[in-house]
Order: sequence, then structure tokens, then C-alpha cells
Amino acid sequence: MSVPVDNQFEKAPGEKDKTDLDCPYELRLYVAGQTPRSMEAFQNLKKICEEHLKGRYTIEVIDLLENPRLAKGDQILAIPTLVRKLPEPVRKIIGTLADTERVLVGLDLRPRR
Amino acid sequence: MSKELSKTRTGVSGLDEITGGGLPQGRPTLICGGPGSGKTLFGMEFLVRGARDFGENGVFMSFEERDTDLVQNFASLGFEIDGLIAAEKLAIDYVHIERSEILETGEFDLEGLFVRLGFAIDSVGAKRVVLDTIEALFSGIPNEGILRAELRRLFRWLKEKGVTTVITGEQGSGSLTRHGIEEYVSDCVILLDHRMIEQVATRRLRIVKYRGTSHGTNEYPFLIDEDGFSVLPITSLGLTHKADNERVPTGISRLDTMLGGKGYFRGSSILVTGTAGTGKSSLAAHLAKSTCERGERCLYLAFEESESQIIRNMKSIGIDLQPYVEKELLLFHNVRPTVFGLEMHLVIMSKLVEKFSPSVVVIDPISNLISIGNQGEVKSILTRFVDSMKLKGITAFFTCLISGSKDVDETEVGVSSLMDTWISVQTIETNGERNRVLYVIKSRGMAHSNQVREFILSSKGVQLTDVYVGPAGVLTGSARIAQESRDRQAEREYRERIDGKKREFETRKLAAEAQIAQIRSAAGTGKGTGKFYRRGRRKKAVAERTADRSGSPEAC
Repeated sequence: MSVPVDNQFEKAPGEKDKTDLDCPYELRLYVAGQTPRSMEAFQNLKKICEEHLKGRYTIEVIDLLENPRLAKGDQILAIPTLVRKLPEPVRKIIGTLADTERVLVGLDLRPRR
Repeated sequence: MSKELSKTRTGVSGLDEITGGGLPQGRPTLICGGPGSGKTLFGMEFLVRGARDFGENGVFMSFEERDTDLVQNFASLGFEIDGLIAAEKLAIDYVHIERSEILETGEFDLEGLFVRLGFAIDSVGAKRVVLDTIEALFSGIPNEGILRAELRRLFRWLKEKGVTTVITGEQGSGSLTRHGIEEYVSDCVILLDHRMIEQVATRRLRIVKYRGTSHGTNEYPFLIDEDGFSVLPITSLGLTHKADNERVPTGISRLDTMLGGKGYFRGSSILVTGTAGTGKSSLAAHLAKSTCERGERCLYLAFEESESQIIRNMKSIGIDLQPYVEKELLLFHNVRPTVFGLEMHLVIMSKLVEKFSPSVVVIDPISNLISIGNQGEVKSILTRFVDSMKLKGITAFFTCLISGSKDVDETEVGVSSLMDTWISVQTIETNGERNRVLYVIKSRGMAHSNQVREFILSSKGVQLTDVYVGPAGVLTGSARIAQESRDRQAEREYRERIDGKKREFETRKLAAEAQIAQIRSAAGTGKGTGKFYRRGRRKKAVAERTADRSGSPEAC
């Protein structure tokens, strides 16, 4: 199933420049228990951030099994979900983050191909 | 019996009857229907009634409407949702996903949804869950394969949790739901339908399937009003009602006399037919008044006139209904037939009957219903209404307008055979005036008069008088009055003549008696005199001699 990701990026041409600046990235990774999938997502995220956002990111891992209340705030359904709180706008990336290119596109670190 | 499926009562009036006790307990039920068919309302009512009436708390997971909107929308229906939320009897979770915000990068599952739902269920100790409309996920989750697998897992998980779940789904073309979620919910499927028939909206409900139990299979009309959802399974339940021997006075003593001296049977159905302006409503008003006078309740369903109009008009014939309305013994329900479909009328009427529990129901007139349905439909509706009234032991009084050109023995809606008592009011046009006459066409189970009565609407109500039947034919109105006065005149003359004759005889008798008396009185002296005469005639010469003897006692 193809995902129409294009439209959201087309509308903000200036945004790309902004993200190239040294603005901090505030990231949240929602997981539900220490499942292999969650671990994989966290490893993938860590790797991508180290490579592309070194020194200007924070990752908060939220385990919904411990804090189920928090699922409502960010409207989390899928696990794992990565939420980019900052810079705005909020972006959500679901899955194990295995496709690095797509994650970078989702985080606005790569212009759309 | 032990294998009987346990059920969760919905509290929705009527639905528990047709499902034989409610929805399958601890299992999911799918409610599907088109837009605006009442799915969300059904779900919410299921929870509210559960929390309020059955002590079963609930979770409403909304995928479409925001929780604040839900609270507001249902406040107008009298569901105090915020109160229930504050009391921790109800939890609303609004799940919103924006497809444009989400990017898929590998495997995922919907554990987040499970966590949220599980958290909400645990927070209020819910026994009931509504997912409205889970199909919204299909537009929000990018991977349909994962979504379907997760939905199957979700329903299994809900079953394991033992919560009774209502899942709503938008009806698709050719399938019950747009995304085919009925394949995951196999225990109970209810279809809500909202269709237009001749520009009149009708809501219907049907149980498509209900595994492991018998259920009503018909399409049942349902109603959404200020009390929420109500389904009224009004079908012809067969002729099992008990016949009552008790009588209900008609309010017109002379009419009671015509109906075996006591009036209608309680729980019977009465039809009054007549052309326009024959006084059908007046008969209805009499019945209403006499019912209320006994302290019983009467429901008056009027399809032509407003409440105040009926009250005003009936005052003109000396029937004041206002006090009974104030005492809440009389309830008017005035509505044009075209406002709803026939089924809806039946539902509303039945609901009113249920709420008000009257002993007499008046429908004035049923002929108006023909404007929103054909004869067959109207007959079917009325049959069901009559049957349900009979089962409840309620006396039902119907008026029906018939056109003058038609045979009087035929109603437009063809219901006369359903009726126990059938009274016809007609006008007879003679000598430039119309007069009303009334007669009982039939009255099952009682001796009733076969005679025509003249029906007079006076300021003291309806009065029935004998029509004039004489050598001049059947006469009514002023012709009757004229004939009666002629008759009275003739009788007076006749009596006078007789009296005259009598007097004449009397005088002659008196005269004769007087004469006799005179003769008698004269009889004492009469002998002497006779003698005197005779003697006188014989011998005048001896007159002095007998005169001496007339003074003697011997003469007496």
C-alpha cells in the first residue's frame, strides 16, 4: 500500500532550510513493554540520530504499559510510534524505523525524492 | 436451559423484547447503518442506561466525534454524560488519527489502542464498551493487512476481557459495513435503516443475525426522541386477548340504552363512521368526558384539530374538557398525519399509550391516515394497533370520515371488520335541511337497538330522540317537529272532540239523572197525583176527599 507522503512536504519549502539549522530535535518514542519490535525501533532511532542529528536531539522513551494515560495525549494507536515534538509541526512515524530513508524524510532531514 | 445464552440488557425500550433479553453478554455486537441512522446514539444509550440503570459502567471510544462534542450532543437528549463521567461510571476516549501526520517505516501493531482501551476499561471497571466507528481506522492506518489482523485480535481480546461490546459500522454498498468488519463480529448484527417513503422518513431496525438464540426477524420501526431510542415491536400478536365483560358508558345515556343498556365493552374497539359534520368527534368527546369523570385516563389522538380547537368546539355543545386536561386525566396528542410515516405514528401512539396508560384511546379520525399510505398499509397499522390495545384491555374509539357518495357500509380504510361496535352517523336531507341520524350497525356480544335515532347536537351535548315513523314516512328535524306538532294538534283536537263528546254525554247523563231524580222525587206524591189525575179524570167530584189523605204518612 503506497503512502501519499508528498503533500505534507510540498507545502513547506522554507521548512527544509529551517531544519538544517541547529534547532533541537525533541523526539518521543512510544513503546509497550520491552518487545523485540520496540527494541529494534529504539536501536534504529538511536543510530539515525547519531548519524544525522548528533548533539541536538533528545529521545524520550515512553512505555505505555507503565503510563497508559500518556497514550491519549499524543493520540497513540500504533506501537512503536515516534513523535517529533520539536521542531513543529508534529510528525508521527510508526513502525520499527527500519527504513532509514523514510525516517529521514519523515523527520524532514531529507527532501522528498 | 443451562445452555441459554446470557444476555446484557440494553435498556432500550423494545429492543430487549425482540432480542429475547438483550445483546450477547461478553461478546461484540455490530450495529450498522447509513449516515444518520442512529448508530452513535444507540451506542451511547447502551452505555448510559447500563451505567444508570443496570450498574454496569462503560467506555465509549470514539473515532469520529470529539468527547466534548459527544457530551454536548447527548446533553440535548437528556443524557447527563458529564455527570456519569464525573462519577467515574463512564469514560470517553476520543481516538483521532490524521493520515497525513503518519508515516509508516516498518512493522508495527496497534498495541497503543489496546493499552488505551484497557486503561479506560480498568479506570471505570467497565462491563460495556462502544467502539464508534472503528472503521475510521481504515482511513488512518496505512497498512490494511496489519489493521485487519489487529482488529481480529482486538475482538478476541475484548471477548477475553468479558466486556459486552457494541461496534458501529457505516453501511457499505452491497455489504453491511464499508470495510467488511462484519466478518470479525459474528455473534450479533443489528442493522439500522433510515429510509424515505413518499418523502416521509421512517426508521427501522432489523436483527440480521444473533447466534445461538431466537430473535424477532421482522423490520421493527424505531424512534429517536427526547427519551432516546425506542423500538416498538408492534406486530399482530394473534388473537389471544381476554374478552372483558365490564362495560364502559358512552357518555350519552340514550346511546347506552341502544347498546344493551350499558355502553361499550371495556377493551373493545369502536368505530364511528359518518360523512363530514355528522358529529363523530362529539361522540368521541362524550366518551372522553365520561371516562375522565370516572377518574380514568383518556388519550385523545387528533389528526385534524388542535387541542384548544377541540376544547373550544366541544364547549359549544356543553362538554368542558379543560378541567380534565388540567387534572392530567385527558391527554391530547395533535399531529398532522403527514408529519411521520405510518409506522412512526404507530410507534408514537404506542409509546404514548405506554407512558400515559389510559383506559380509553380516541383516534380522530383514522381516515386521515390514508393520506400517507395505501389502504393495505393503513389497515395493517390499525390492525396492529387494535390488537395491542385489546391486549392491554384499553377501549379504542375510532372515528372515520366517509365520503357521502360511498356506501355507508364501507370505510375507506377497510377496518370495519376489525371493530366490535360500529356506529354510523348520517345526515338525511329533507325539506331544505340536513338532519343527523344515528344507528348501530353492529355491536358484537350485546343486544343492541336496531332503531334509527335522531342525533341532536344541543348546548347540553348530544341528545338522541326517536325519529318520527308514521304514515308520513320517516321524518327528522323540523319536519319531525312539524309532524309531531301536527300530531299533537290532531291529538289535541281528537281529545277535545272526545272530551266534548264526554261532556255532552255527561250533561245528557246529568240531565237524564236529574229528570229521573225529579221523577223519583215526584214518585212519592206521584201515586196520589196519579190517582188524583186518574181520579181527576175519572171523577173530579171526589177531589176534596182524597186531598185529606195526601197529608197522611201513608203517602211516603
